[in-house]
Amino acid sequence: MPVPKLRLHRYAWPVVFGLFSGIATAGPFELEPLPYDSSALEPYIDQQTMEIHHGRHHRAYVANLNAQVENYPELRDMSLEEIMPMISRFNMAVRDNAGGHYNHKLFWDVMAPAGHGGEPSAELLAAIERDFGSLQAMQALVNRAAATRFGSGWAWLIVTAEGKLAVTSTPNQDNPLMDIVPDQGVPILGIDVWEHAYYLAYQNRRGAYLDFWWNVVNWDSVSRRYAEAMNP
Amino acid sequence: MPFELPALPWKRDALVPHMSSETIDYHYGKHHQTYIDTLNRLVADRPESEMSLEELIHTASGGVFNNAAQVWNHTFFWHSLSPEGGGTPRGALAEALDRDLGGIDGFRRQFGEAAKGQFGSGWAWLVKKNGGQLAITTTGNADCPLRDGDTPLLTLDVWEHAYYVDYRNARPKYIEAFLDHLVNWSFAEANLG
Ligand SMILES: [Fe+2]
Ligand SMILES: [Fe+2]
Repeated sequence: MPVPKLRLHRYAWPVVFGLFSGIATAGPFELEPLPYDSSALEPYIDQQTMEIHHGRHHRAYVANLNAQVENYPELRDMSLEEIMPMISRFNMAVRDNAGGHYNHKLFWDVMAPAGHGGEPSAELLAAIERDFGSLQAMQALVNRAAATRFGSGWAWLIVTAEGKLAVTSTPNQDNPLMDIVPDQGVPILGIDVWEHAYYLAYQNRRGAYLDFWWNVVNWDSVSRRYAEAMNP
Repeated sequence: MPFELPALPWKRDALVPHMSSETIDYHYGKHHQTYIDTLNRLVADRPESEMSLEELIHTASGGVFNNAAQVWNHTFFWHSLSPEGGGTPRGALAEALDRDLGGIDGFRRQFGEAAKGQFGSGWAWLVKKNGGQLAITTTGNADCPLRDGDTPLLTLDVWEHAYYVDYRNARPKYIEAFLDHLVNWSFAEANLG
């Protein structure tokens, strides 16, 4: 598998600084640096939003998840992917924060600087056309799911147990891997529609954020996730 | 008669520095207005257009409930804020807080924790229960204590749009500014009845 181009970007000093300040994240779960500069998604997602979203919101999910390890020592030896399908065994704090950690890791990974996100693989594009008619039709469905998610949550493109693509949405930090979610599957693309994801640049205009978001989609990452979901 | 955006009980810059006029411009001028517009669109030419917000909150579901409740919640929220806010309640409300919530200090601690702990979008409330006792509750998204038969006395909006312009992710600072400088005890006293 080729290393995505965007991993070659250097991290901005504010991001590096952020990693060594603020809430300690001692514990099994760690906040990884963004895979690109915090300004790399401009003008579609502004640097301040990226720094706060990653350095404060995502960091808090990681810290709050680590704080639950004393209640659930088994978390120490579990990956996020192992936790999700049995999330119903844990309390709300694990559900909210393990979900928040997983979802944001995926979110950073399925974005790339505009012009560096590649194209959908031939296999992914064929599946999209088979299940939605066209790439544009799929994007419109995702945007509709994202726009109509009332309150905080996510819109997803998932691979179902039958190997089909589907568009879903979940509230708060739930995700399609969780056993408590009605529409389950493996997410290969997710869009954060908590207001913190877009408020500084777009305020109440969630629809504008969604339209612009596709300029920073990382098709290389989404295509890799599709291939992995089809051949686990 | 379509639903209309009610006037604010103070000027848009009256809550500065605790809540900026930019926040009010978006929160009142865009969010609250959009709930009104969406509600009017959803109930147009339907029997619901003749109902009050309170009736819709008790009977509607889905988008009509969400938008009707958000219209009501936001109007109630603006009145829960005052440029002369903060301080302590008086009279019967002070006595009820002493009796049920450990006084003003108990109220501040429990209300603060509830507002901070409401995960995602929602509201924190001081309510009077059916039996007359005071309680602190939270609701998710548009939900409103009227549905449970409680009498709201005060509310704080903890959707991120309520504080993101002024406080970013620091919801606890926003809650503290509300409790120290904005909470409208006269409004709560009037609602206690
Ligand atoms: Fe987020
Ligand atoms: Fe609001």
